[in-house]
Amino acid sequence: MSADSGGERARPVRCLIAKVGLDGHDRGAHVIARAFRDAGFEVVYSGLHRAPEEIVQAAVQEDVDVLGLSILSGAHNTLVPKVIEGLEEYGARSDTLLIVGGIIPEADRDGLRDMGVAAVFGPGTPMQETIDFVRENVRPRPDDPV
Amino acid sequence: MTRPDPLDDSAGDRNRRLVASLLDGDHRALARVISRIEDRAPGHRDLVSRLYPRTGDAEVVGITGSPGAGKSTLVDKLAAAYRDRGDTVGVVAVDPASPYSGGSVLGDRIRMAATVGDMDVFVRSMSARGRLGGLSTATTDAVNALDAFGKDVVLVETVGAGQNEVDIVRTADTVAVVAQPGSGDDVQMLKAGILEIGDVFVVNKADMNGVDRLIADLEEMLHRGGSGGAPVSAGGHHGASVGANTPETGPGGGDSAGRESGSDPGTGGDIPSWDPRVVTTVATGGDGIGDLVDAFDAHASYLQESGAGRERARSRYAAEIRRLIREDANALLDAEIRRRGGVDALAERVLAGDTDPYTVASEVVEPIADIVNDGRLPREATDDAGDTADDSNNAADERGPDGDA
Repeated sequence: MSADSGGERARPVRCLIAKVGLDGHDRGAHVIARAFRDAGFEVVYSGLHRAPEEIVQAAVQEDVDVLGLSILSGAHNTLVPKVIEGLEEYGARSDTLLIVGGIIPEADRDGLRDMGVAAVFGPGTPMQETIDFVRENVRPRPDDPV
Repeated sequence: MTRPDPLDDSAGDRNRRLVASLLDGDHRALARVISRIEDRAPGHRDLVSRLYPRTGDAEVVGITGSPGAGKSTLVDKLAAAYRDRGDTVGVVAVDPASPYSGGSVLGDRIRMAATVGDMDVFVRSMSARGRLGGLSTATTDAVNALDAFGKDVVLVETVGAGQNEVDIVRTADTVAVVAQPGSGDDVQMLKAGILEIGDVFVVNKADMNGVDRLIADLEEMLHRGGSGGAPVSAGGHHGASVGANTPETGPGGGDSAGRESGSDPGTGGDIPSWDPRVVTTVATGGDGIGDLVDAFDAHASYLQESGAGRERARSRYAAEIRRLIREDANALLDAEIRRRGGVDALAERVLAGDTDPYTVASEVVEPIADIVNDGRLPREATDDAGDTADDSNNAADERGPDGDA
């Protein structure tokens, strides 16, 4: 069946890779964006210095399956809850897989998970591990036919 | 009322709910509708036809140009300018996909800075996803969703690199072509099919060297006839090759959604022609953005007052109908090929020396051709038909003018 006429086409995983807050280190975000692209994902990249509201705006409008926050500034305990709140406001919380990458101290990771972060990927995480995690954990859309 | 594709009740209910939420101003519903359109998910056609009655109010501006010309920055500043005067804005930004993995990095949001946190600017990035003709359909439908949502202006941004992209921007009411000075090949690139579709030409990065030269080149090509089908607007009409057959419009073309063909000498002077404008901008600093908005407004009122807008809409619908019919016909043919064991099995017969590709193609198409030639399409069923017959209805309507008795 041709790609456009049927409904059999698999939807590619759509991700937003976002840099939040005052944090100019985007190498990691670029590397993961490219790795996701090469894994066949559609990656929207936010650019630097985004406020939590901007990230929520982008995540909602782009209707992404995965939101990957890259934070190396140490402000994760402040920024992540704001993003989560915003997603909730637009009803996008439950079906967005939220992952965090960057410099997150071990002691803070459980706290982030309790807030609703699905996984934290620190430096040295093999790319494939992150990709596999996303593939396995992307949430089905509530209004998709079951 | 017939619906484009047969839906079970739950899918129909879902679409009804989605459309109701969208019309109610729910951003998430709008985002979800565009996803379903983009994925060509089951029931997306039903979704689009539910939206159709609410479309037609937005001013759609297509923005194209070579990579690095400053399109995304312009779109950002334009969105801010429209917001300043109270218009709501939708943006569809199309980016290429990797031919290898099918994945893509959609970076147009990086430039969106002037309107951040403003939900009344709805930006959606779309990947070309390696599809061919379907991309312009998906883009058009996404624009319709934004239109139905109530956006006053919809900006469609795409790299002007090939037929595919040209087909996207030409579905807009107004087409802006962005060029930058200092890259001599730019104008050369523009000649290859894009010059003809521009209503407004934007010379961006006008603080760089070479602006005068670029403007002169553009003006020359626009007003002196140039070569290769460039519009001859100074003479009051456009090149005859405008709207010539393209893969989108196909045989019998001439109904391109491009520049008004009504200004051709052949059809008389009912519709005055539009003289393409050249506007200089420095998008990063916001210079010239007001002029650009004025130029878009001028073109919009030209479309309105001259009647060219109706012509454009007509040819746009014609192209869309053709495209959809072709999609459907392709799907039918694919099914037929599968029934015959798949294209590999057919190829195997050619490989074995039993037959040749032409014969195989004729065999596959013959039963369909017979039905068409015999006029056995259920024409009388067109008005009262159930939902499933809708595809053939379209085909029948399309054949109508040729007479099929």
